Parts: sequence; structure tokens; C-alpha cells
Amino acid sequence: MMVFGVTCACLPSAIPLPPCLGIVPLFGANPFTDPIGLIHYLIVGAVLFTAGVACMALKRNALGILMGIELVLNGANINFVAFSSPYLRAEGTPTLGLDGQVVALFVILLAAAEAAVALAITLNFYNNHATVDVDRADDLKG
Amino acid sequence: MTGMLDMDISFLTHAVGPAMAHLSAPGLPLAALPVAGINWHSVLFLLFAALACGFAVGVVAADNVVRMALYLVFSLGATAGLFFLAGAEFIGAMQLMIYVGGTLVLLVFGVMLTAQAPLVSIKPSASDRTLAAVAGASLLALLLTASLSVDAWLKPGSAVVPAPSATPLGMALVGVRVDDPPSASPAGGRTGYMLPFEIVSVHLLVVLVGAAYLARAKRRRTPRALDAVAAAMPVDVESPVAVGSAPVGRTSGGSKSALVGGGR
Repeated sequence: MMVFGVTCACLPSAIPLPPCLGIVPLFGANPFTDPIGLIHYLIVGAVLFTAGVACMALKRNALGILMGIELVLNGANINFVAFSSPYLRAEGTPTLGLDGQVVALFVILLAAAEAAVALAITLNFYNNHATVDVDRADDLKG
Repeated sequence: MTGMLDMDISFLTHAVGPAMAHLSAPGLPLAALPVAGINWHSVLFLLFAALACGFAVGVVAADNVVRMALYLVFSLGATAGLFFLAGAEFIGAMQLMIYVGGTLVLLVFGVMLTAQAPLVSIKPSASDRTLAAVAGASLLALLLTASLSVDAWLKPGSAVVPAPSATPLGMALVGVRVDDPPSASPAGGRTGYMLPFEIVSVHLLVVLVGAAYLARAKRRRTPRALDAVAAAMPVDVESPVAVGSAPVGRTSGGSKSALVGGGR
């Protein structure tokens, strides 16, 4: 459906944009009537991944770093699920099928295990140093 | 049960224009309204995507660790909604149960156990914020460039929705593949996931034992400056193992005397 004169179909290089600005024509598509595709999920996954990496790099609270890790794993999981979904691909395009969903399940389980161990380490650190500021964890610094 | 799921999915994945046609009263031409052609799958995707991305950015932007935990709950819950919309119902349910119901409760417990007043919001410096913003924008641009550079990924999706069932997933986890092979995959070349399933089970057991070992209360040397903090900690912070093996008062008293005598 043409709403702003632009549809999803005219995405590939209608205007010579820098590659990362290829997202701009997506805003021209009417979000309420056009079907979504794989790229939409990939964009959400990229945003979550970037937020997680920034969180891991920026936060000084050890629990904030854990939350960044959870965000990164979820961004990856969104990509796994999106690549495995036949709904998001054009008809006849091969997908990851069930494998993507199985891997996403394993990622969720491993993230739970990782959170448990990392939380135990954080509580241990808190018990020994009375802080969760990772900048204070410099006992091994020479 | 299956019929109910089918009905839900068909509601989510098809435009409901025909379904709403009989709802339009003579005086109220619903078909003339723009609501008739709305693709509800896209609308729900936009809603969940905006929630997930917005709260993920909120996790980065917030300084208060309690707020970060709350935003993370919303972000991961919206991610589960995205999984439902992509046709991965079982993964979405597991996301809600394990992540939102388990991992994040664990994280919130960690936040509550360590939420001393000066630790609730540890602010990064302004230069760090700027650096993180620049690095994050660069990483995002890189990821978007990579995502948008494949033409096959830009095509809008089809309306082919498989019948929702967790059976192929469960069979794959015990080593038998009953799902239809993707058209490009070689026949008979697909393996089940029995071995990873077993490895993950043992891994979870090891993690359970390891986390209980790491987080147990033990006699420890605390720096003298932190004596007041250690004394002010409530007794029930100690794990039940230590309570069962030795009286709490004796344990903490012992650690205090070691603290006073040992020092640093």
C-alpha cells in the first residue's frame, strides 16, 4: 500500500545512501498495513545488542553489567528466532527452521545459568568489599 | 487446545478486514475507516518492538539499579511478545517463564541484597557517557549496515504460518527430527539435539552446585573499615546452611573477633 509514496519494495538503492542509512526508506512504509519482514526483527535485535554492549561498558554497578549481558543475549535470541521463522521470509526462502528455535532455547537456559553464577560471584564480592562498584575490584592490580 | 491456538494465531497474523465487515452497522461504515485494512500483526510488532527497544535504552540511560531492573523486565517481556509474533510460541513461553520469571527475579534479589544507599545509583562520569554513546552509535551503524546489505533479508514476509506445536521442538531435543526439512537442507543431514540437551542438563546441575557453593555464608576476613556495615547486615543474609551447622551468633561473633584481631 502506498502511503507516503514509498513502499518497502523500493528499498534497494532507490537513492544512493550510506549503507546504514538504508533504514530510512523503512520509515516511509506504512507500518499499519505493510507486512513486516526479517529486517524489522534484525533492527530490534541490533538495538538490543547495542544497548547491552553499552550497558556492559558503561555501568559501574556489577548488577548493571549482568543486565547488559542479558540484553546482549536477548538481541542474539531475537535474531535466532527471526531467522527460523517462515512467516518473516518471502515464500520459498529457506529458513533456519527448528534449529534456530532450539538454539534460542539453549541460549535462554545458558543465560539463566550464567546469571546464577555471576550473581553468586557478585554477592561474594559484595560480602568481601561491601560494594558492587566494579572499579573497586582491583585487588589483583600490580 | 489446538483449536484455540489456531484461532489466536489467525487473529494475529491476518488482517481482520473481512472479519470486521459484518460488524459494521448500517449507520457506521467501518469499511470506510482506515481500521479496516490494518495488519494487526504489524501493529503488534511495532508495539512490542518499541517497548523492547525503548526499555533497553532505558536500562542504559537509568542510573538507579532498581529502575534498571524494572526496565529490563519490561524489555524482556516485550521480547517474548516478539517471539510469539514470529511464530515461536514455545520459545516465547520459555522466555517469560525462565527469563522474566526466573533470571530477573534472581537479579532483583541481587539488587535488593546489595542496595545500600550509596550503591543504588553509581553514576558513570560524563566522559564515559559520551564515549559509550559514540561507541554504541558506531556499533549500531555497523550492525544495521550488515543487516541491510543482504537483499534477501529486505523482502517483506509471506503469510505462511505453520500450525503452532511444540512437538517437533520436544522431539528434536530428545534426538528425533519430525519437522519438515527446509528446502535447501540436504535430506537426512539433520541431527537431533540429544547430546546438547544432556550437556545442558549436567551444566545446569554444575551451575546449581557452584552457585550454592559460591554464595554460601562463610567465615571471612572483612576489612576493618567495613565492620559497621557487616554488623548492620541482618542475620537472615546468612545462608540456611550456616544457620544449621552453627549458631548464627557464634558465626558472626567469630568473624568479628577475627576481624578485630586480624585487621589488614
